[in-house]
Amino acid sequence: MLEVRGLKKQIGDTVILNGVDISIDKGDVVAVLGPSGSGKTTLLRCMNYLERPDAGEMIADGRTYDMSSLSKREIAEYRRYTSFVFQNYNLFLNRTAMGNVTEGLVTARRMDRTKAQKIAAAALDKVGLSDKYDAFPSELSGGQQQRVAIARAIATEPKIIFFDEPTSALDPELIGEVLDVIKSLADEGMTMLIVTHEINFAKNVSDKVVFLDEGELIVEEETDKFFDMQDNDRVTRFLGTLNR
Amino acid sequence: MEDRLTAILIDSFPKILIPGLIRTIPLTAISFALAMVIAVAVAIIQVADVPVLKQIARFYIWIIRGTPLLVQLYIVFFGLPDLGFMIPAFPCAIAVFAINEGAYCSETMRAAIESVPAGQMEAGYCVGMSYLQIMRRIVLPQAFRTAFPPLSNSLIGMVKDTSLAANITVMEMFMATQRIVGRTYEALALYMEVALIYLIFCTVLTKLQSLGEKKLQALNGGAGNA
Repeated sequence: MLEVRGLKKQIGDTVILNGVDISIDKGDVVAVLGPSGSGKTTLLRCMNYLERPDAGEMIADGRTYDMSSLSKREIAEYRRYTSFVFQNYNLFLNRTAMGNVTEGLVTARRMDRTKAQKIAAAALDKVGLSDKYDAFPSELSGGQQQRVAIARAIATEPKIIFFDEPTSALDPELIGEVLDVIKSLADEGMTMLIVTHEINFAKNVSDKVVFLDEGELIVEEETDKFFDMQDNDRVTRFLGTLNR
Repeated sequence: MEDRLTAILIDSFPKILIPGLIRTIPLTAISFALAMVIAVAVAIIQVADVPVLKQIARFYIWIIRGTPLLVQLYIVFFGLPDLGFMIPAFPCAIAVFAINEGAYCSETMRAAIESVPAGQMEAGYCVGMSYLQIMRRIVLPQAFRTAFPPLSNSLIGMVKDTSLAANITVMEMFMATQRIVGRTYEALALYMEVALIYLIFCTVLTKLQSLGEKKLQALNGGAGNA
């Protein structure tokens, strides 16, 4: 469904991604793992063009695009089919929970406001916030804010959702509610690419693991096989540090 | 003697207040409204890094902030006629005040826009919005909240700066007062009187500012802009 080949990104003299290949099938839940500084977040941001890749090809819907030279219009078109969930939520601070979800529907998709509100209400109900439609981000806990962000992400019916460390900014007791929502999306067959440090979550929910280290893709493997892997030093070292 | 002074003060009050109402306030209001249009445009040009226009914007701010307002008034009103441009005093004052204040306010707006977290822009892109849509609906409303107190400051400053328009023959409050002083020689009392009227105008604006701040706070969901 979505494939990236030879993705390169350099910031100044530092190579962040050094030719990463990744392919995602419809309905896949792909966990992106790796030590900090391995380029996981940059990979995700490049895949939604929040950072401009220096090189790389993207194959989507049977067409091949040069990632470094997409026009603004092509990027906007591509983003109609993707959603992005940020580590620090990035809710629109001047919009209520409802407004956060309807904003993109009404302004970018020119949807009728009543219809958008119906969709937004359904999305907010789904993430368990049916009593918070009119709350502003400043009135919500981190976990609630992230759930609004997920509602905003699913309301546009994307073909894929990118999650950039969705629970890293949360207090430990709030992580569960967010992971539960993501898991329910996985159960419904939503295609997702998730950068996470929640190893157990990755183990339980993902179909596939992509392991990055120092800007290179080291392993792309089915989840079960990845966690049983014995023959790759960098993987065993990484899993070892987590188990300690 | 005392009676004469009281009579002058009472008699002059409407003669000062009316030019205040029909000149000073419209001059301030129209100029400031135009200044805000200039300020937002110039701020966005800089934040969006529009080539050429950005250089023009910096040049404009440099010239305007680097020269005195009074000199700018003189150049436009007394200087431009040498080149064949005769502008009546009142429109001339509006133009100069708007252009002058626009330069200062554009810096306020630029700082306020830059204080809105970059994530707001990114989130907007990710739900499919365009740059201008995000700017208009998400970033600017938040920036205005931050910019509101310093912009109120500028507005209050401008009420008083309009007295400079007396120098280019605009018959506003200060000029009206000068005329009466010329006739009566009661400089201290009359200049105190006009000062008091300026103070009243500014007090009203200060009250409006705190009402406005409360209103803006409610629009953004109360506590913290975080």
